[in-house]
Amino acid sequence: MSPSTIPAAERSLAQMAPAGAGSRIPSLQRAPLERRALRSGILTGGAWAAAILASVPLVSVLYMLIVRGGARLHWDLFLELPPAGFEMGGGFGNAIVGTLVMVGLGALISVPVGILSSVFLAELGPHSTLASAVRFSAKTLTGLPSILAGVFAYASVVLVTGTYSAPAGALALAVLMVPTVVLTAEEAMKMVPRITKDAAYGMGCTRSQVIWKIVLPTSLPGILTGVMLALARAAGETAPLLFTALFSSYWLVEHGVMRLMQPTASLAVLIYNFSGMPFENQIELAWAASLVLVMIVLFVSIVSRLLGRRRV
Amino acid sequence: MSSLEHAGVPGTVAGAPSAWDFFADRAFRALAKAGAVLILLLLAFILWQIGRKAWPGMRDYGFGFLTSTTWDVGRGHFGILPAIWGTLYSSFLALVIGGFFGVVMAIFLTQDFLPPRLSVVFRTTVELLAAIPSVVYGLWGIFIVVPAIRPAADWLYAHLGWIPLFGSTLSGPGLLPASLVLAIMILPTVAAVSQDALRQVPYRVKEAAYGMGTTRWEAILGVMLPTAATGIFGALVLGFGRALGETMALAMLIGNSNQLTLSLFSPANTLAALLALNFPEAGPREVAVLMYAALVLLGITLVVNIAGGAIMAVAGRTIKK
Repeated sequence: MSPSTIPAAERSLAQMAPAGAGSRIPSLQRAPLERRALRSGILTGGAWAAAILASVPLVSVLYMLIVRGGARLHWDLFLELPPAGFEMGGGFGNAIVGTLVMVGLGALISVPVGILSSVFLAELGPHSTLASAVRFSAKTLTGLPSILAGVFAYASVVLVTGTYSAPAGALALAVLMVPTVVLTAEEAMKMVPRITKDAAYGMGCTRSQVIWKIVLPTSLPGILTGVMLALARAAGETAPLLFTALFSSYWLVEHGVMRLMQPTASLAVLIYNFSGMPFENQIELAWAASLVLVMIVLFVSIVSRLLGRRRV
Repeated sequence: MSSLEHAGVPGTVAGAPSAWDFFADRAFRALAKAGAVLILLLLAFILWQIGRKAWPGMRDYGFGFLTSTTWDVGRGHFGILPAIWGTLYSSFLALVIGGFFGVVMAIFLTQDFLPPRLSVVFRTTVELLAAIPSVVYGLWGIFIVVPAIRPAADWLYAHLGWIPLFGSTLSGPGLLPASLVLAIMILPTVAAVSQDALRQVPYRVKEAAYGMGTTRWEAILGVMLPTAATGIFGALVLGFGRALGETMALAMLIGNSNQLTLSLFSPANTLAALLALNFPEAGPREVAVLMYAALVLLGITLVVNIAGGAIMAVAGRTIKK
């Protein structure tokens, strides 16, 4: 609507209506300083200000990570062990290994279970009572505070085996990963066109054959997106590892033998431990570890985004 | 049989599934069903496991555990009222701040304020905020947020110290920095779920409002928000649930001090932070009471999250009508 047309329309309307007899046609032209327009303009300005203000923390976090973490970034960080109290130097190689091992073990537990149950939810009994109960419990698990996953793993693994260990941490992470895998995989499988499946049934396939040869391959990008999201989230989790995997200043693999049943370091717990220390060296390492952790999480998230984009 | 040649098996004719096919089908279906049942059992097992370990604590300390304010391992006095209060108070503050910015962000991203290019920038910002691990936010809070708000906090204490909200100095960690960081962490949740709610409002509703000559904000405040209200309320409840269970940022920023306080600047405690800080060194007796505290946290978050889910379900149904 260009402003010049409105008064013309208004004039013609005013001419059509006989003067006097309730012909109060409000002005359709909007002056910029009219009360309503002014209010709208101010609110728009406020929305801009709020959106920019909400972006400030992200900019600040990224800036600090690059400046303080980047200053310390060096290859040695990936090869050396965490320093004790007054030691200088050091790195967090064992923490990276620990994070990868525990996230990997967590995925090994959660991905098969998650995909199997989403096969049931999407294909075998989508409208059954069991399915709605499973959906409900998956959604409830999504909201489970991560520390309670740690409490659960502490009760079921640490108290039973009598030691803090990588599998205990991995179980806690698996509990947090499962609901994401289940819910995203179900969504992905529901996207598979009905006619494709019907064509396979028409050729005499069993339901499992349809699932293995049609549903799973077609929905694979979507499933992987969910798995990647779960991995990214798990890699950054700290609370569930605090008292399941604890921390360690030694390598998980020594003399070529991986000993899982011992306290295990992780990047997240290292950041937490070092952030409270009164030593400048440890705090620098905490920033560097944060930078590495954020880069790992962002890398996995971006991969998941790229996979998601290829979806049919 | 040209269709079969297309399928890459020239010359063969499809037969009925063999006995092995039938067996594999049965086995796989049973396996998938078992996987589904496992998810169900997992939730039940978590509830049972935490409840079972909390039982000795519940037996010994009973209901008084929830109303007592001391936590003294040496003398065996345990109470979590300050932690419950701190959990609710910090989450409420975070919800007020993060909820406001989250909803404004959702309006900003869905109501055609931005050209597509710029819209991608802000969308990515919100997604990145969600991707940063909470321990990194904690570290950032210690070294950036606390020093940044200290001058303002000192000024408020010096000039308005008679208001209980500003009734103490900010000595370092405290409720306000913890709640601010918590607000940043729930903003993406609130923004994402509110955006979905706003997008579900049919386009013709907005067109009808504009057609009646409303300004953009009259349409937003008078039509869009009321129509999406249930969904946005659900988003806030889910954000609150997220804040209640958040651990690391709080354990690093709230100061871990067992006191009942209204002051924004005083240190406090939350249930999740209590668990995080005490579990690693707990003896068997303390483990029992910590399990009890975990059960309380589990109860609170379950109620809030299930309520949030139910509100979202209602919101989805009402808009589709």
